[in-house]
Parts: sequence; C-alpha cells; structure tokens
Amino acid sequence: MIEIQNLTKHFGHIKAVENISFTVNKGEILGFLGPNGAGKTTTMRVLTGYFPPTKGKVRVAGYDITETPMDVKKRIGYLPENVSLYTDMRVRDYLKFVGQVKKIKKRSLKGNIADAIEHCGLESVQNRIIGKLSKGYRQRVGLAQALLHDPEVLILDEPTVGLDPKQIVDIRKLIKDLGGERTVILSTHILPEVQMICERVIIINEGKIAAIDTPDNLNRQLSKQMTLSMEVEGDPQKVIAALENIDGVIDVKQRAKKKGKIKGYEITTKLEKDVRGELARAIFENQLGLYELKTVEMTLEDIFLKLVTQEEAHHV
Amino acid sequence: MFSGFPVFKKELGAFFLSPIAYVVMTIFLVLSGYFFYSTLAYYSLISLQAIQNPYMVSGLNLTTGLISPFFGNIAVITMLIIPMLTMRLFAEEKKNGTIELLFTYPLRDIEILLGKFFAAMVVYLIPVAITLAYIAFVGTITDLAVGPILAGYLGLVLMGAAFIALGVLISSTTENQIIAVITTFGLLLLLWVVGWAANFTSPLLGKILNELSLVRHFESFSKGVINIKDVVFYLSFIFFCLFVTGRILESKRWRG
Repeated sequence: MIEIQNLTKHFGHIKAVENISFTVNKGEILGFLGPNGAGKTTTMRVLTGYFPPTKGKVRVAGYDITETPMDVKKRIGYLPENVSLYTDMRVRDYLKFVGQVKKIKKRSLKGNIADAIEHCGLESVQNRIIGKLSKGYRQRVGLAQALLHDPEVLILDEPTVGLDPKQIVDIRKLIKDLGGERTVILSTHILPEVQMICERVIIINEGKIAAIDTPDNLNRQLSKQMTLSMEVEGDPQKVIAALENIDGVIDVKQRAKKKGKIKGYEITTKLEKDVRGELARAIFENQLGLYELKTVEMTLEDIFLKLVTQEEAHHV
Repeated sequence: MFSGFPVFKKELGAFFLSPIAYVVMTIFLVLSGYFFYSTLAYYSLISLQAIQNPYMVSGLNLTTGLISPFFGNIAVITMLIIPMLTMRLFAEEKKNGTIELLFTYPLRDIEILLGKFFAAMVVYLIPVAITLAYIAFVGTITDLAVGPILAGYLGLVLMGAAFIALGVLISSTTENQIIAVITTFGLLLLLWVVGWAANFTSPLLGKILNELSLVRHFESFSKGVINIKDVVFYLSFIFFCLFVTGRILESKRWRG
C-alpha cells in the first residue's frame, strides 16, 4: 500500500530524514517510534504531500507523491501533531468544508459527516464552535476530519497526546478497529501504545531507521539476555553462591533490602538457555525456600533506550 | 464546480464570522458617504455661484464636478481598507498552523489562492456596490451620464483587485498580520505616489515611474474613459502578484 524508497529530506543543512526505506501492507497498523526530532513528523509530512522529498520515491496505492500528488492526497487521511483547526467554525460546518475540499460527492457528504461524528463521539458538540472545545474534543474533531472521506490510508501523528485516560482508551480502540480495512501509520513516543495497537514497529532515530519488526520480535531479538526475578528465603550469601555457579547464569543481584527472611533477587541469564528449572533445583538442594520465580519481560521502553544508546555509541 | 469554491466559501464565512467584514464595510461606507456628501455640497455651492457668474459655467458638469472626484476619494479609502482585508488570508493560517492540513487536502495551490482572493474581492465589492445608492440618489434629482459611472466602477473593480492581489502576496510571505498589513499599506502608498518623482528624473525613468503608479491608471477610469492600456496594466499586475504568491507557497513547502 505504501512504499518508501531511499527517502531523504533536508532542510538547508539540517538532515531531517536520511535514506529511509520501508513498505506498509494493506490493512496493517504500523507504529512509528522515536525520540523528539527523530524525523517521524517529517516522514509523515512527506507521505501526506505537505512537502516533497529531497530524494527518494514515495508511493501510496501505486501513485507517486511527486508525480500525482492529487491521487495520493485523495487516499490519505491525516491527523497532524498539533491539530490546528479553524477556531471560528462550528464542528459540523468545519466537517462540511473538509468534505467539500476532499471532493466527497454531495449525495454522500451528509452520511460521511454523520459517520465521522458518530465514530469520534462528537454528537454532543457538533454545533459548537471549535475554539470553545476542550483539547480532547479538538483532537477528536481532527480525527473526524481525517476519517471523513473514508481514506484507504490513515496517518496519525501522536493521536493520543493530550487526551484523558478514558479518551486514550477510546481512541486506541477506534484506531484498532480502523485497521484491517485501512492502512494506518501512527507515531507516538508512548511505548505501551505501540505494543497494544501496532502490528509492526519502526524505530527511528536521528533520521535513520534503527529497527523494523513486530513488537514481539523486537522484544525477543533485542533482549539477548533474559532477566528473572526470584524471591528466596535464606541467607543471601548462600543463595548467591548457589545460583552463580549454574551454567548460563551471568549475574545475580540482590534487590534492595527487604525486611524479613524472604529476599528478592534479580538474575540475568543467557536467552538461549532456559535455566529456570536448574535455579529451582539449586534452591531446593541447598535447603532454601523458593517463594517466587518469574521472567521479567523487557519493555519496549528498555529496547528503545538500548537501541538509541547503541546508535549513539556507534557514532562516538 | 471549481475546486477552490469551498475555500472561497470558508474564507468568506471567516470574514463574516469575525467582525472584520462588518468593521471594514462600515468604515468604508461612513468615509465614502462623508466624501460624497461634501463633494456634492461643494458642487451645489459652485453651481449657485455659477448662476451669478456665467464665466464659470463652462466646463461645469456632474461628471467632472461630482462623479470624478468621488471616484478619486473612493480610491483613497480602498487603499486604506484593503490591507486590512488581505492581511489575515495566509498569515493567520500560517500562524495557527491550519495551513498544514489545508496543504494535505487534494487542492492545488492555485485553488487555495483564488478562493482566498475572491473572498476578499467580495468583501470589498459589497460596500463598493452600496455606493451606487449615493449616485442613484443624485440620479433621482437630475440626469446623469451612465457611461462614465460604469467606467468608474470598472476601474474600482480592477484597482481593488490589484490591491488585493498585492495584499495576498504580502500575506503569503509572513505569519505576522501586523507585518502583513503595514507592508501592504506601505507598498500601496509607494506605488501610489511613485509617479510624483517622474517630473524630477530623466524622461525615460520618469515614464517608467509614471506607468508603475497604481493610481495613474485609475485616473482615466474616474474620468469616464476606459483605456485598454489601463485594463491590461491592472490585469497583468494582478496576474503577476498571484503568480508570485503561488511560487512563494510552493517554495515555502520545499523549505519546510
């Protein structure tokens, strides 16, 4: 659905995006992850036709963004990062204007507006002036204008920023529902969001792609070590001595002192070797009490930090 | 349907949703009404004197005594008012960031541009059309030559369009409305008086300066003469300004 080949975008001397290539399949929800200034918004703006790329090819549904921008724009719904709407207009009038600009047929315009209002929960504010709405409602109006012409591709730049927790849940659900028929690209720096919604993730840093994969694979690939958490009753020195000698264990650390006889430990092991059974046996054989043994999953946050710092280490 | 039409409607709505259109139109009508009244009063005073002094009668008629000065006055008001109509057209959208979405809709720059241009034109032409009532009022008392009046209004349309085109151009270069208004006004005034220097410079430069003057081309219209040269001047001025605006919008996008 979307093909990006060697996309480069410079602003004067500033290299916002360097040589990015990726494709997005029809119906896929792709997450765009990266720190501020990584080039997420720039990439999205190129995709929407807001500005042309310095170099490289961008194709949406087979149409080239520089050669046939109108055909691309017709197929895209875009929610910008800072949703700026015409604050003097009423919600319904605004949507009508957007519909006309997007060349929705007069016959279906009314239905499209009604659908967008319903999808985004705007029934109660449809006759209010946009400038008087709260941030959450404005965000929803922004989403409504993106959805209005039922586009094949949705590009959402940080769609959940500034919403309250209930609204965030609603919007995430909405985006998930939208995937399947539509192709969605969304950017965020909220990592659990990506894990929840996206089928694939692109991590972008300093204008370059640091990783592309499914959230699960990223978790697996990037954590070459596994972290286990244990709670054991007994003398800490004895515990550490017993666990350290097991093949595959890299490190054993006692967690911050806990009152009582049960202490917490963090054990780092090699990923390819599951030593949980051996750990339990060692505890048992040393006549210590095992109260808990569980794996600690690396969050995308950790991966993200790791990737970004790895990149930086390469640069230095 | 012309694809810029929704933009035109939205812009027109924006003028009337905010007080801008009402304020601009009121000021225009108050000023033009006052000018018309004083010109008419002066004309009737002169006419009374002419009854006693037959030498004055020659060359005294409504076209030169009332209509022509009135159009001159309206031209001045137009110059004051139009920068305030055009200042927000692009500057406001750039400041508020609404231009980002506008540029991602399936619209050509030219459609956005023309939509905005014609919206400002309508807000300008409404009070101009209302001034027809003043002239109709005089027409109920005495006979008026219709030709010169039509020529004058054609001149107002063309001159106003040229002013608006310049205003649109300036508005596209900045996101600050104050800068837009003062630059537009300054340029209009400069293009107005540029002919004055013509008398002191070399003949060639003088001729060029004279031809550049926005108001010089209006003079013949206000006298009731439609000169193809003047029509072409205004049309090419409008085209030039809108063309440059289009290029500016495009280059801003390249540079981000």
